[in-house]
Amino acid sequence: MTESAPYGLLGRFESPEALIAAVRAARAAGYRHLDAYAPFPLPGLAEALGFRDRWIGRGALLSGVLAAAGALFMQWYSAVIDYPYVVGGKPLASWPAFLPITFEVGILGVVLWALITLLVRNGLPKLYHPVFNDPEFDRASGDGFFLLLRPDKIPDAKVFLQEHGALAVREVQP
Amino acid sequence: MSRKTPEPLLPAGLTHSSVTDQITGLVTKTRAPVSWKLAFVLSAALTLLLLASLGYVFATGVGLFGINIPVAWGFPIANTIWWIGIAHAGTLISAVLLLTRQPWRASINRLAEAMAMFAIVCAGLYPLIHLGRPWLFYYLLPYPDTMNLWPQWRSPLVWDFFAIATYFIFTMSFLYLSLLPDFATLRDRARSRLGQVFYGLLAVGWRNSAFHWARYEQANRIMALVAAPIVVSVTGIISLDLAVSIVPGFHFTIFPPYFVAGALFSGFSTVALLAVIMRSMFGLKALITRRHLDYLGRMMLLFALVVDYSYTQEMFTAWYSGEPFYRHVYIDRWTGPYAPAWWTMILCNVVLVQLLWFERIRRSPVALLVLAVTSNIGMWLERFQIVFTSTHADYTPSAWDTIWPTSWDWLVYAGTLGLFTFLILVFVRVAPLVSMHDMRASLHESKEKSRSGEGAP
Repeated sequence: MTESAPYGLLGRFESPEALIAAVRAARAAGYRHLDAYAPFPLPGLAEALGFRDRWIGRGALLSGVLAAAGALFMQWYSAVIDYPYVVGGKPLASWPAFLPITFEVGILGVVLWALITLLVRNGLPKLYHPVFNDPEFDRASGDGFFLLLRPDKIPDAKVFLQEHGALAVREVQP
Repeated sequence: MSRKTPEPLLPAGLTHSSVTDQITGLVTKTRAPVSWKLAFVLSAALTLLLLASLGYVFATGVGLFGINIPVAWGFPIANTIWWIGIAHAGTLISAVLLLTRQPWRASINRLAEAMAMFAIVCAGLYPLIHLGRPWLFYYLLPYPDTMNLWPQWRSPLVWDFFAIATYFIFTMSFLYLSLLPDFATLRDRARSRLGQVFYGLLAVGWRNSAFHWARYEQANRIMALVAAPIVVSVTGIISLDLAVSIVPGFHFTIFPPYFVAGALFSGFSTVALLAVIMRSMFGLKALITRRHLDYLGRMMLLFALVVDYSYTQEMFTAWYSGEPFYRHVYIDRWTGPYAPAWWTMILCNVVLVQLLWFERIRRSPVALLVLAVTSNIGMWLERFQIVFTSTHADYTPSAWDTIWPTSWDWLVYAGTLGLFTFLILVFVRVAPLVSMHDMRASLHESKEKSRSGEGAP
């Protein structure tokens, strides 16, 4: 079992500041495919990792607009084309009365997009991941700040993590 | 006179791991307090009562309820409005206070979101019950049916269905989003195999990765951003059920904002009620402090004043319209058969809430608990008298009648109160009562703030 190549190298850091500094140093030293773990959304950490993802925000706007447009079209089509029926002498395309549903369906489009895209872009659900093998990894949801490297040369990376203040460095089994 | 510095919102000496351990302990280690068990048994009995009475009502028909012409809406609709109002403050607390970065929300937002979720369950039940043939509710959905029919888009009842359904899905998504990292925390700390699998499945493999958190914050902010329009639109649309009709006592343009303010008033009262009960039941006095209660009391007072203002505007509009039927609705509310409901409402919503001007009252858990109960009674009476007194004597005097709720109305109402309590009680034993990741984040934030403020005097 020890013969198989490890998935990566996990270092635990004392403080959020040490983790962010180590992430910056690792990126400067040329490490790629980094991941960092913190018990809460740590300001600046994702930016240090080079995170850039606009799928959720812009997509939500688009999804909301399209859903609202679809709802308005459905009401118009049903009230004017498919089932024209005069109520109280109002015009068939009495659009102000269609707005409440248009608005609610638009909101629904935004909400569903935000939740589903969050899961899909994060690759969830994914019940197994190699980092869960680390005996200390449960501290990532308490007080642990971790940096995951996936280096070509494990020993060099081990030295690198220790030099940048990692308290414990362990290999992660796949 | 200089004000004394307020106590901190977070207890001193709290660390990331101690706050996590304390809150997970409530779910994984602590045995349920006796008060919880008693409340559980009582609410479970009431939930069974709800199932039994609904079974009988469905088998016999809604004629068992006190709903008939002229008061065709009666209890079911009054209760829908009341329950959905309670839900609104939950959404508002978690969303609007998140966007405005209010530090006091972290320890009560979970409670508020759960309350919103279960209040919508109760609110959504009532229109279905009121349909009379609840198994045909899907007629409200546009679907390709063999009858070639469409819903009537100009009907507020169809708007209502879309509004409540959207609100239900939104609240469920928002609650799950808030719980997701906490489920991961519980998964990491669960000691039993069952707990690990249960929370592991719910956490869907959340790893606390920086990438997860970054997208999480984006999604959370978007949800919070749409929450405020949802709150305003859902109760606004429900108020249109009444305001779009020409019934005297319903037909006012002030209804949407008036209903939203009333919803938030009763909702903040319920959050205060639950906060006082839960902090003493589970010993959370360090996390939910008297300062939190103070803020909740202020919000109650604010929305109560908006509601009181709306009362005066409603009466003024009725008088100013010069319409005898409009004016009669108010004379009838003050002196007619339902007058006790009106005057009790005034006592609860106008007179008693003025006590909240005093800081000592807002900071006293017992006083706040009492005022939260009276405010909810007051708001319930408001919904009651809007639905009953407006329709029982409208434009056709020959059709005037006085209608009272029957025992089945009361049984179902008691049953939904039981269902709400039951769901809340189960929830606090399965999921963390306080949002752990929000607490950790606000702990980090307050540390950063104190560090950057060290140089300043």
